[in-house]
Amino acid sequence: MNMALPGGIDCDVHPALPGMQALLPYLDAYWQEQVTVRGIDGLDLASFPLQMEAHGRRDWREPGGKPGTSLERLQRDALDGFGSRLAICNPLYGVLAIYNEHFAAAVARAMNDWITAEWLDREPRLRASITVAAQNAEHAVDEIERRAGDARFVQVLLLAQDEAPLGNRRYWPIYAAAERHGLSIGVHAGSTFRHATTSNGWPSYHLEDYAAHSQAFQSNLLSLVHEGVFNKFPALKFVLIESGFTWLPAFMWRANKTWRGVRAEVPWVDRAPGELIRDHVRFTLQPTDSPPTGEDMERLLEQIGSDDMLLFSTDYPHWQFDGQNVWPAGFSDALKRRVLVDNPRNAYPRLKEALQ
Amino acid sequence: MTPEDGRTVVAEAPASASRSKLKLIDCDVHHALRSSKDLLPYMASRWHAHLKEFGRRRPVPFTAASPYPKTAPALSRTDSWPPNGGPPGSDLAFMQEQLLDPYNIEYAMLHLLMSGMDERNQDLGNATCSAINDWQYEHWTQKDKRLKAAIVVPGEDPPAAVREIERWAGNPDFAQVSLVTHAIEPLGRRRYWPIYEAAAALGLPIGLHSSGNNGHAVTSAGWCSYYVEEQHNVALSQQNLAISLVCEGVFERFPALKAVIIEAGFVWVPSVAWRLDQHWGRMRGEVPHLSKKPSEYFRQNIWYTSQPSDEPEKPEYLRQSLDWLGWDRLLFATDYPHWDMDNPEQALKFRMSEAEQRRVFAENARAVYGLA
Amino acid sequence: MARHVVAAAGEILSGGRKLVTIRGREIGIFNLGGEYFALLNRCPHQGAALCKGTLIGLATSREPGHFELTRRGEMLKCPWHGWEYDIRTGQSWCDPNDTKVRAYPVTVEHGETLVKGPFVAETFQVAVEQDYIVVEV
Repeated sequence: MNMALPGGIDCDVHPALPGMQALLPYLDAYWQEQVTVRGIDGLDLASFPLQMEAHGRRDWREPGGKPGTSLERLQRDALDGFGSRLAICNPLYGVLAIYNEHFAAAVARAMNDWITAEWLDREPRLRASITVAAQNAEHAVDEIERRAGDARFVQVLLLAQDEAPLGNRRYWPIYAAAERHGLSIGVHAGSTFRHATTSNGWPSYHLEDYAAHSQAFQSNLLSLVHEGVFNKFPALKFVLIESGFTWLPAFMWRANKTWRGVRAEVPWVDRAPGELIRDHVRFTLQPTDSPPTGEDMERLLEQIGSDDMLLFSTDYPHWQFDGQNVWPAGFSDALKRRVLVDNPRNAYPRLKEALQ
Repeated sequence: MTPEDGRTVVAEAPASASRSKLKLIDCDVHHALRSSKDLLPYMASRWHAHLKEFGRRRPVPFTAASPYPKTAPALSRTDSWPPNGGPPGSDLAFMQEQLLDPYNIEYAMLHLLMSGMDERNQDLGNATCSAINDWQYEHWTQKDKRLKAAIVVPGEDPPAAVREIERWAGNPDFAQVSLVTHAIEPLGRRRYWPIYEAAAALGLPIGLHSSGNNGHAVTSAGWCSYYVEEQHNVALSQQNLAISLVCEGVFERFPALKAVIIEAGFVWVPSVAWRLDQHWGRMRGEVPHLSKKPSEYFRQNIWYTSQPSDEPEKPEYLRQSLDWLGWDRLLFATDYPHWDMDNPEQALKFRMSEAEQRRVFAENARAVYGLA
Repeated sequence: MARHVVAAAGEILSGGRKLVTIRGREIGIFNLGGEYFALLNRCPHQGAALCKGTLIGLATSREPGHFELTRRGEMLKCPWHGWEYDIRTGQSWCDPNDTKVRAYPVTVEHGETLVKGPFVAETFQVAVEQDYIVVEV
C-alpha cells in the first residue's frame, strides 16, 4: 500500500454476532426466556453463509470459526492493517428478516446495545450503523431516537432486498428520523427473502444470488428517485454498501432516458435521475467489479461523472481482494485521497466531530 | 381560391447519408393480433367455448389491463395506429408503409407480445402457442418474405414445447424459438433444457424478449409503484436471465446454442460480466461445470439487440461499451411500433465506420439467424 | 425568410392545429386560445412527426404525492418517446437548455395588407376583410 496516502475511513466492516447467546445479556427477561426456552438461534443471513471463504477470507478468520467475531482480529487486520482512522461497523444479523415485529425490535435493540458495549466502547476508532426493525417503521424510529444521542452511530442500516423497494413510503418515517439526526441511510447487500432473489424466480447458485445484488440495488435506486425520497429528504445521504459501482453509468443513462418520456407520472421528480443520484447517493469501494484494465476503469470513472461518490471500504472480513490489494487499477492518488477521507466525511455528517 | 391547402407531406428527416443506403435487418418488430378472435381458426372448437366463458388466466390482478399502465395506449407510438383499424402492428400494409419500405428493411424479426407460455391452464397455453405459430405463418411470413417469425413455445411444458419446435423444424419462415422471459423459474434452470437441446440441434437461436407474468414481484426488492420504474426493471430482469443461462451451464451443455436478449439494450453487459468474473473467481467451487470465465459466455453465446439505445452525455461512451462487448454482438432493432422505438437513421448517435455500421445494422443478424 | 399564408383566421379552431408544408418543411400551426404558434414537424430527439403528438397540460408537483395540471392543451407530447414540448417556445420540458424544436414566428394579418407587397398570390381573390395566418419561414 502507498504509505503516502492518509489513513482513511473504512465504510464497511462486519463484526459478527457469535450467536443468540451473546445477545442474551442485552435482552429483557421476557425475551431471554423466549430465546432460551424455544431454542431460537442461527439468525445469520442466508445471503452471507459465513462458512464460505468468499464471506470470510481465510487469513482473516480462525479455521472453522465464524469470521468477524474477534475485536482483536478486526483491530489488527482491518484498522491497523489498512492504517484506517475510523471504521464503520455494519452488523449483518437477520433482524430485518424476522416476521415477528416485536421480536425483531427486541433483537435490534439488543444488537445496538451489544455493539456499543463490546465494540464501540472498546475501540475508539469504531463507528456503527444502527440496527433497526424496519418491518414496523414506528419501532425503527423508536430505536433511532434511542441511539441518536450517541455520536458514534452514524447510519441506519437497511437491506437491499426487503418487502418493498426502499423508496416506498412505508420507510419514510425512518428517513425523516434519520434526516433529523444527521444519520445517513446505509443500504447493504442482502435479502430478507420476502421475494425471490430475482424477478425471474429463485436461482440455483449462490454465485447468481450474489451477482443479483447489483440488480436489486438498481431497482432500489429507481424507487428512491421516482418515489421522491430525494425531494422529500434533501439533506439525507444514501450509501449503497457492497453493491458494486461499475454498473452505475449504464444505469444512469437508461434511467435518464426513461424519465424523459414518462415524467408526468412522477411530476415531483424535477431533475434527471442521474443528477439526483450524483447528489444523494454514495457507494462503498468493495467489491470493485473491476474491468480488465486500469484504462477501462479510468473511462468508467469518467462516465460516472463525479469524484464524490465512492467511499473507501475493505468489506472486512469478506474476501473481495487478496493481501493488501484494496485498490483496483485506474485510481489516481488524488482520487484515492478523496475516496479515503473527503467523500466519507461528506457522506456521514456525524463523522465531522471525530475528524476534527 | 384558398391559401396553401396544407396537404400533409412527409418531411424527410436529415438522415446520415451512409445509413439511409444501408440494408437493415430489424431484430425486434412487433406484429399484433387485430382481435383475439384471430387465433380461433387455429384452435380446436372446445377452446372457442372455453375462451368465451373462462377467458385466459395469468397471475396478474386485472382482467384486461396491464398491472403497470403504460405511458401510451398499446405501449405504442401514437402515430402507429393503422388507418384501417386494429391496434398498432396488426396491419401488414401499414407496417410496410411505416417501417419496412421507408427504412429499406431486408428482414424483420417478429416478436408477438402474447404467448401461451404464461397461461396457467396448460392445455390452453399449448393450444395458444400452436395457434399463434399457425397464424404468424399464414398472415405474416407467407405474405411478406422479409418477415421472419419466432416459434412461440409453451416453455413451462418442455415436451410440448419440443413438439412445437419440431413441427416447424426446417421451415425457413421461422428463425428462432421464443420463450417468455418472466418464466416460473430462471430460464437457465434444467427443466427448460430440452427446449435448448431441440433449438441447438436445429441451429435455431432462442429469442428472449422481455415478456410474461410469473407472479414474482417485478423487482427482486419487491413491487415498485410506477411504470417509469417497471419499464427499466424489466431490463434488469433480462440481466438476471443472462446470468442464469451462464451460471447454470446452459452453454456448457449446448455450446452451439445462441441466445438473443431482446429489448434490454447492451450497455449493461460489460459490468455484469466483470462482476460475475470477480465473484466466480472466489466462488467457482460452487459451479465446477463452468469450464470458462462467465464473461466468455457473454461474448460467445449471447447477442443483444440495440433498443432502447442509450443516450449518454457523450455518445462516444457507447463505442467504449461495444469495444469491450465485441462488435459482432450487437443486433440493431427498432422495436416498432412501441413508443420507445429507435429510428434507424437517428439512434446510436455516435460515429461508426461503414464496416461497423454494416455489422451492427445487418451482418451480425445475418450470421446469427443464418439469413441469406 | 419569407412570409407564407397558411390558413384563414378562424380556420384553425382554438385547441386545434393544421399541418402545412412550406418550402419543403412540414410545419404545425397551433391555436392556443386565439394565439398562434408554429413548430417544425420534426422532433429534435429522433425525428418523429412531433406536431402530430398529443396536446396535454403540464403536470407539476410541489412534493411527492401532490399533483397539479396547468397549461392545459399547451404542451405537445411527441408521438414517439413522449417528450414534452412547450408549444409557445418550442423548449422541451426535461432539457430546456439543450433540446428545443424549431419555432417559427406567426402573425395574424389582415387580408388587405397582404394584397400589397410581394406575398402569396392565391390570397388575392379572397375577400380582403378576412384575416390570414401568416408564418415566416
